[in-house]
Amino acid sequence: MKTSAEKKIIWTKKDLLGLEYLSREEIEFILYTAEGFKEVTTRQIKKVPALRGKTVVNLFYEPSTRTRTSFELAAKRLSADVINIGIESSSVRKGETLIDTGKNIEALKIDIIVVRHSASGAPNILARSVGSSVVNAGDGWHEHPTQALLDMFTLKSKLGRLEGLNVSIIGDIAHSRVARSNIWGLTKLGANVTVCAPPMLIPDGVEKMGVKVTSDIDIALKDADAINVLRMQFERDGALAFPSKLEYFKQYGVTSERLKDCKKNIVVMHPGPINRGIEMSSEVADGANSVILEQVTNGIAVRMAVLYLVSGARRDVS
Amino acid sequence: MKYLIKNGRVIDPANKIDGIMDVLISDGKIAEIGKEVTGKADEIIDATNLIVAPGFVDMHTHLREPGREDEETIQSGTAAAVKGGYTSICCMPNTEPAIDNIEAIKAIKEIIKKDAACNVFIIGAITKARLGKALTDLAAMKKEGVVGISDDGSSVADKKVLEEALKEAKKENVLLIEHCEDATLSAGGVINKGFVSTKMGLRGIPAQSEYEVVRRDIELARKTVAPIHIAHVSCKESVELIRKAKRDGVAISAETAPHYFALTEECSSTYDTNTKMNPPLRTKEDVRAIKDGLKDGTIDAIATDHAPHTDAEKDVEFDFAPFGIIGLETALSLAAMELVDTKILSWSDLIGKMASNPARLLGLDKGNLKKGSPADLVMIDPAKEYVYTKSSIVSRSKNSPFIGWKLKAKVTCVFVGGNKACLS
Repeated sequence: MKTSAEKKIIWTKKDLLGLEYLSREEIEFILYTAEGFKEVTTRQIKKVPALRGKTVVNLFYEPSTRTRTSFELAAKRLSADVINIGIESSSVRKGETLIDTGKNIEALKIDIIVVRHSASGAPNILARSVGSSVVNAGDGWHEHPTQALLDMFTLKSKLGRLEGLNVSIIGDIAHSRVARSNIWGLTKLGANVTVCAPPMLIPDGVEKMGVKVTSDIDIALKDADAINVLRMQFERDGALAFPSKLEYFKQYGVTSERLKDCKKNIVVMHPGPINRGIEMSSEVADGANSVILEQVTNGIAVRMAVLYLVSGARRDVS
Repeated sequence: MKYLIKNGRVIDPANKIDGIMDVLISDGKIAEIGKEVTGKADEIIDATNLIVAPGFVDMHTHLREPGREDEETIQSGTAAAVKGGYTSICCMPNTEPAIDNIEAIKAIKEIIKKDAACNVFIIGAITKARLGKALTDLAAMKKEGVVGISDDGSSVADKKVLEEALKEAKKENVLLIEHCEDATLSAGGVINKGFVSTKMGLRGIPAQSEYEVVRRDIELARKTVAPIHIAHVSCKESVELIRKAKRDGVAISAETAPHYFALTEECSSTYDTNTKMNPPLRTKEDVRAIKDGLKDGTIDAIATDHAPHTDAEKDVEFDFAPFGIIGLETALSLAAMELVDTKILSWSDLIGKMASNPARLLGLDKGNLKKGSPADLVMIDPAKEYVYTKSSIVSRSKNSPFIGWKLKAKVTCVFVGGNKACLS
């Protein structure tokens, strides 16, 4: 059954910078488009000619295996040519600036630049400097829109809807681009979002993004239809908030013990890579409620949809 | 040369003048002000519907020379100043190297003599190399003409050092200007800490990093009974602390910059690095408080904190861009639109904040139209609307968030020491 928003819309955005900048209808249309591509990925021949003759560059200023691989596969399954560029980012300018690199890539007649960067907003700056499409593959603490889209896609395929669902995002909210993109996307699609983190890892004013805030994991788990558990990174500010990994696991770790009191079919998500025994027990990660590997699979279909839509953006319509 | 400026609205707050009058300039000096001044002039300038006021005095300008002449020079910076209606500016000592000794001052004075299009006064460093440790030789710097001292760009973090500096400044009768920032709270931050920094995923600078130092400085000024001036006030709490300190009789004064009443943190939402400054743009509530502070006199002066940076430096990731924007060429219009048009200040109040008050705080005989003094004055068309374009910028750097803005109130003519520079 199609909702009204899933009817074909004219896609006008050349870039995907974040879910903050998309309307509900646009997000629904990406998810709808991804469903079609999901079917493609289950065929014997997993390839369609949708982007034949187009070129995609993965411009990664931060190391990443899973996201880069997922984008690369998505582009290849659309028959695009793919080039991977890895650059060390630094505030000390050695050589080329981001904008110069972007302009050089554009001069090579590249259609889509998929960019991962440690500095928040780098894709925004790149997008307004080049005519090529820019897809954000994660920038600083800002956004990771395709991750949130694949999370939402997975959730919707599991539970049939997003509207009205109670979704809790648990972990280092302050430094998480996955959290921000999920908050924008889920709230726009009518889910009730709760964020749960130790007090020091709750960013200022996050409640203004339309979420409930708690530091008590039991509150976050109670009534949740789904949880999205974030990777805890102790090497940065997390260390200030928590004396030890063991202590974090004790207070915030998702365990089968804790899931006992939850809804029976609670969906457990994680953007990966998992720290087993820190934010989640192995039992939960590998358990019946976990959809972690389905997320990985769905990531390809969602990224195919994004690459397909931005490359075909009607630039004459604003 | 003799100039007769006819029929302008002459505003000179220092001498409580505000009325339609004529001004006669003779031999570079103000010869006469009054109704229907007669007498022979080489040139008669019609100032009907224009404001005639003392040239502005900027307490806070970064001229970048020596060291960063790619960003600004004394020549380009003073030309930008004149275009903005400034006839006197004070250059901050965070050049490379810092202005912290008399040789450096002498060298700059040579360049000023050669290149400057307006009066340039020198602010010396409080501490050697602005490191916050050893005091500079203020008595010697004063002899060379410094009018104030500041480690602008950083606070003097060590209380004992600041206390000694306040005593020295008082003894030498030189204004001490503090940049208030607790670096332990602001470290790594690039915009105001709050909802916008959260949304954008940027590290925040809390208002607290400013007002905690304002609070500390007030106590030191109270203890030493020495004057202190707070640079670029940006947040509500600082305004409240300064207001209370003034009521208590502390010899404190304060300035703000136009961007702190014309813009909010929301303006950074597009990651425009020309909205990155230190202190950062704050909230609507803070803007309200800054305007209230200007209105009730808590904030004495509007200074530009003109901070030139090249396009190459600014066209980078938000985190990597330097702090600061240029301001000399837009200050008047922004103040007129945000403060006079909104009836927060009268024109006379505004001229006070931009000319006579800064001059008084620094002990300069500037910012007034006293008979016999050098003719430093500005003519303003308060109704003139224009679009501020990048190509119109005189400053060597173009880092302004106001490019493309429709502005109002324009400088039409400036006299520096009786020399005329007409601008449109």
